[in-house]
Amino acid sequence: MAAEEEASRPFAGLSDVSISEDIPVEGDISVPVGPSRTDEEFSTLDEPVKETILRDLRAVGNKFIHVLYPRRSSALLRDWDLWGPLLLCVTLALLLQDGTADSDLEGGPQFAEVFVVVWFGSIIITLNSKLLGGTLSFFQSLCVLGYCILPLTVAMVVCRVVLLAAPGTVSFVVRLVVVTASFGWSTFASTAFLSDSQPANRRALVVYPVFLFYFVIGWMVLTYFPVKNRQP
Amino acid sequence: MTSPNDLKFEELEDAVQLLSADPAASTLSMSVSHAPSSPAGGPDVKVDLSEDEQAQEESAELLGGQKQGGGFWTFEYYQSFFNVDTIQVLERVRGSMMPFPGRSFLKHYVRTSPDLYGPFWICVTLVFSMAISGNLSTFLSQTGNPEYHYRPQFHRVTIAAAVIFIYAWLVPVALWGFLTWRRRAERQIGVFSFLETVCVYGYSLFIYIPTSVLWSIPVQWLQWILVLVSMGVSGSVLVLTFWPVVRDDTKVMAAATLATILVLHTLLAVGCKLYFFQASEKLAPSPTSKPIHASATTGFL
Repeated sequence: MAAEEEASRPFAGLSDVSISEDIPVEGDISVPVGPSRTDEEFSTLDEPVKETILRDLRAVGNKFIHVLYPRRSSALLRDWDLWGPLLLCVTLALLLQDGTADSDLEGGPQFAEVFVVVWFGSIIITLNSKLLGGTLSFFQSLCVLGYCILPLTVAMVVCRVVLLAAPGTVSFVVRLVVVTASFGWSTFASTAFLSDSQPANRRALVVYPVFLFYFVIGWMVLTYFPVKNRQP
Repeated sequence: MTSPNDLKFEELEDAVQLLSADPAASTLSMSVSHAPSSPAGGPDVKVDLSEDEQAQEESAELLGGQKQGGGFWTFEYYQSFFNVDTIQVLERVRGSMMPFPGRSFLKHYVRTSPDLYGPFWICVTLVFSMAISGNLSTFLSQTGNPEYHYRPQFHRVTIAAAVIFIYAWLVPVALWGFLTWRRRAERQIGVFSFLETVCVYGYSLFIYIPTSVLWSIPVQWLQWILVLVSMGVSGSVLVLTFWPVVRDDTKVMAAATLATILVLHTLLAVGCKLYFFQASEKLAPSPTSKPIHASATTGFL
């Protein structure tokens, strides 16, 4: 998919130039790369719905792979989208439901609380990095922070499986290891994308809130304890 | 330091106060008038004062009436509040943990550029460290109990957020308003800007972050010792900062202002300790024993 786009552009010969660190990635990305070229415009109306949906899903999946194997690439930044973060947030919030009633205040986070933590947390971190002089645009930053929740969502799935299999101290140790590893992965992946856009003397000031954000999400994942699993 | 130099530092304080009242005034001749007339000390005093004068003039201009980078609807206005480097934030945090008598946190660390980064992120960190450590302490104190079922108690995050943000942002508003009103009424000098007040309160809360982590150890006497230590440190930061401003007022008002600052601070520390960290035999932590927190938080439950 990427090869076709490159070939149809006037700068086709430069398609093998990778974006290096000293080219600042910033600015207003108004239209994510999608079905907006004249030679294909007529066909997006005629193409099957499955094709349209699959194109976006492939874009999301492509970014998932970039998060799981963070390397020097700009796919997340150039073609930002917020579908992936939304998908991950909804999945995480659904998985964190532990069967407590609404009137029970002592349980884990409610669906809305997870949403608020993830989205308002991302917005506040993005505002923070922009106020400190960052060059990433607002939505690029949201996109990166949202996509880097993927390792923690995977950890949530693993934790639920482990809790079904063997509740007890062993399961806690396993869950602790898994959550710690995925928290480290998330933080590492997002700082790999975010820290280049900050002035050097403020990098730690921008990285710390990201660390706190994934720490809180990791704590929510680790302390998940379904009510049904209570020992009689 | 020898005593003549101590006197010179006192003159510096007076000069600073005079300068912040009227930045445009010519300063060299006025401020040297009280210095002891020793020829060896004279040139030193002049040099020190002039350097400080320029710095104080610049900062007085920045903080006094001038707009900081545009109107309040522009992004640059708010960017001016985040004009700090990592090293500066770390220095301010360190200074808030080690108050020295006679050295106001504000004058020493913050005078050049108050920031909002520190107060905001210290409050956020404190909210989560209180909630998480409280949960941990409940768990640790109940591990032997066979009837205890672990609950994440996520509602504590909401409550902690409400309490800490109200304390760290509304109390400075009230204090700043009160001090400004007193300054206008009494025609005194040396008022802090709102940003500086918020900054001092925010950084003074930093000591509670390691304290709350240590509070998760479910040993009562240790917890109360930690309450006293942290209250002492952060309370003294506040008192040492506001004492130079308040001492020019009548004795009654000065004492009342400082007492109010300390009482509110005590309420915060003790209330948080009692609500979040109950090392008791009760199975489920009951709603708070502090009436102030109950009234502040019923709206959120």
